[in-house]
Amino acid sequence: MTAVVSRPTAGLAPVDAAELAECASLYDRPLLELGAMARERAPNAAPGGTVSYIVDRNINYTNVCVTDCSFCAFYRRPGHEEGYVLSNEQIGAKIDEAKAIGAVQILMQGGHNPYLKLDYYTGLLDYIKTHHPIHVHGFSSSELDVIARVHKLDVATVIDELKDAGLDSVPGAGAEILVDDVRDQIAKKKIGTARWLDIHRTVHEHGLLSSATMMFGAGESRADRVEHMIRVRDLQRETGGFTAFIPWTLQSDGTGMEGTPEPTASEYLKTIAISRLVIHNVPNLQVSYVTQGPKVAQVALHFGCNDFGSLMMEENVVSATGTDFIMPRSTLVEFIEEAGFEAVPRYQDYSPVRPDLDWYCGCRVCMDRRDP
Amino acid sequence: MIFPRADGELHVRPRSAALIPIAAKVEAGERISRDDAIALFETDDLLAVGSMADLVNRRLNGDRVFYVANQHLNPTNVCILNKVCVFCSYGVRPLAEDAYTMTLDEVYAEAEAARTSPTREFHIVGGLHPKLPLSYYADMIRGLKERHPAVHIKALTAVEIAHLARIEGINTLDVLRDLQDAGLDAMPGGGAEVFSPAVRSTIADRKLAADAWLGVHREAHELGIPTNCTLLYGHVETAADRVDHMIMLRDLQDETGGFSTFIPLAWHPDNTALGREMGLEGDRTGGVDDLKALAVGRILLDNVPHIKTHWIMVTTKISQIALSFGVDDLEGTVVLEKVTHAAGADTPTGLDLNEIVDLIRDAGKTPVERDSLYNAVEEPVVA
Repeated sequence: MTAVVSRPTAGLAPVDAAELAECASLYDRPLLELGAMARERAPNAAPGGTVSYIVDRNINYTNVCVTDCSFCAFYRRPGHEEGYVLSNEQIGAKIDEAKAIGAVQILMQGGHNPYLKLDYYTGLLDYIKTHHPIHVHGFSSSELDVIARVHKLDVATVIDELKDAGLDSVPGAGAEILVDDVRDQIAKKKIGTARWLDIHRTVHEHGLLSSATMMFGAGESRADRVEHMIRVRDLQRETGGFTAFIPWTLQSDGTGMEGTPEPTASEYLKTIAISRLVIHNVPNLQVSYVTQGPKVAQVALHFGCNDFGSLMMEENVVSATGTDFIMPRSTLVEFIEEAGFEAVPRYQDYSPVRPDLDWYCGCRVCMDRRDP
Repeated sequence: MIFPRADGELHVRPRSAALIPIAAKVEAGERISRDDAIALFETDDLLAVGSMADLVNRRLNGDRVFYVANQHLNPTNVCILNKVCVFCSYGVRPLAEDAYTMTLDEVYAEAEAARTSPTREFHIVGGLHPKLPLSYYADMIRGLKERHPAVHIKALTAVEIAHLARIEGINTLDVLRDLQDAGLDAMPGGGAEVFSPAVRSTIADRKLAADAWLGVHREAHELGIPTNCTLLYGHVETAADRVDHMIMLRDLQDETGGFSTFIPLAWHPDNTALGREMGLEGDRTGGVDDLKALAVGRILLDNVPHIKTHWIMVTTKISQIALSFGVDDLEGTVVLEKVTHAAGADTPTGLDLNEIVDLIRDAGKTPVERDSLYNAVEEPVVA
């Protein structure tokens, strides 16, 4: 085994080296043993337990981005002829299509587009809540950071404004690997580890829930992944605001990192099982069928995952790399049931969908908008 | 052959009471029953099933995973069963636009690829052509042996052997003798599908029946020709059908010991009549079912030395995971696979040997490049 060292991180104390080594050594255990340990700690551990999924639509409001991440095939630099910003009406039409097939949220993320000001975002959220009401899960921490910096505001103010205008929760994207040495290699212009964590802390303090992702296979070590997990777990101890952890593997085709070997399926399963063990205080662990394919995603339900993610009516970012798994709802439900679980549609806060609810979303934030 | 000391521990204890006595049998090295095997298919406790299979496999094969650099040759897609085997999209009628039949020179030309790649085995299967005589195949095998003496020839399923016997008006034993004289080293395990008469009449009515399929393999084993055996799963069969099928294989193996490998084959519905009738496309089988078919096969077929995962059918990701679920043989480099790809498989048609070795090592196993007979080759291509 290689030596395990915790890496220096600007603005944060290093993680405990002994704990890091202990957690990283889990990778040396047999795959099935890790799976069995992880599934015992999953909320659906009992036989016949539930696996949740969400019906939603990705709306990528802009692909204009100045961050130049080497693993991304989606973005276009400002001035590029393929750059776009969607109009409110285009977004409204997409929401209506999504609601027609039962979507309970939109996931709204885009490039870091410095030409979009705060009033674009608040105007868009207000337009959505007025004309096409739906739960808006949107604007990952790096987008929030760009908005704050463009306006020289602190991020708390930005979150306040967006929440008032209709933002309901924040996706956990942009975490990549929460180790600055790794981030410097793959996403030098993106916010650092401390800032990513700090923005999520602020999101939670403002009463919004968020998720946390991890993109692995980007040249990091196993210990780096475990360090990432420990950072998420430690913030969760403080705030309790993370709903889910969502690890996925880098898809390098068409990106500046093309040719980077993807972690194997065994490595993926070990990593999700270890995530379940290390991040024991975040209730949900999501499979990534977009990167792993439905077969491995189904198997992952036996390795500690309890959520199948989203039906993803539209997904532009990963499919820009050529990886494309989008399935009809009946197929997704069948996959979950064949694996031995009950499939349950959910809201963004992971509570089950209430079909008779007279409101667009049953999560606490949305219900507060109905009954202020 | 010296097997490493058995590591008798299950990595995962079963969660349900129903599996505990089965796990105890597996740990004690006892044979499991038909009911036990059905229970293993029906349980939701995937990891416990995988762990039992892993234990059986570790006792037999240690941490070795075999692979062979092979080349598929499919001499014809003309098949008189093209309307009969509704699960297949490869066979076509003789006058179909896309019908092809290779001359021996064309077969030899395609096999020339073996000179520039490290091929150790030709895997030769095709349709049941109404006109191609036994001599076509005997000459092909002889010609390939002359040109590539170091390459093993694994050719013709039991169904093709029986077809040749019928059109030549001789018995199957004579067909096998003729081919063995020509240089046949081993036989693939295709055409078994599912032995259950009810299933067979639905998916492959009038195809060689179970007894006849097993009879050809018995004869091959008696001649010293090792063979493989298969199960085509994921269409209309039940768990009991799968288990009964495997038990028929186990019974023959008790008699002859001639099966090298059991290979569960995941059905692909695209472009097949059965797929159209069932309204299915894409990957029919889930990853959990793929792993169970392999793992239950490993536990039940305790007398068959090897279990092979066919990554063409289940994806390389599932095949790698399967190495922790009792599987010790990863289908090797396949040059020009046509049969499953006609049915919509979107897996690559060939995997680089380096990639195979990396997948095996990454699963914590020791890669062993083998020949057709499971001997480790002296100079593996990937050191």
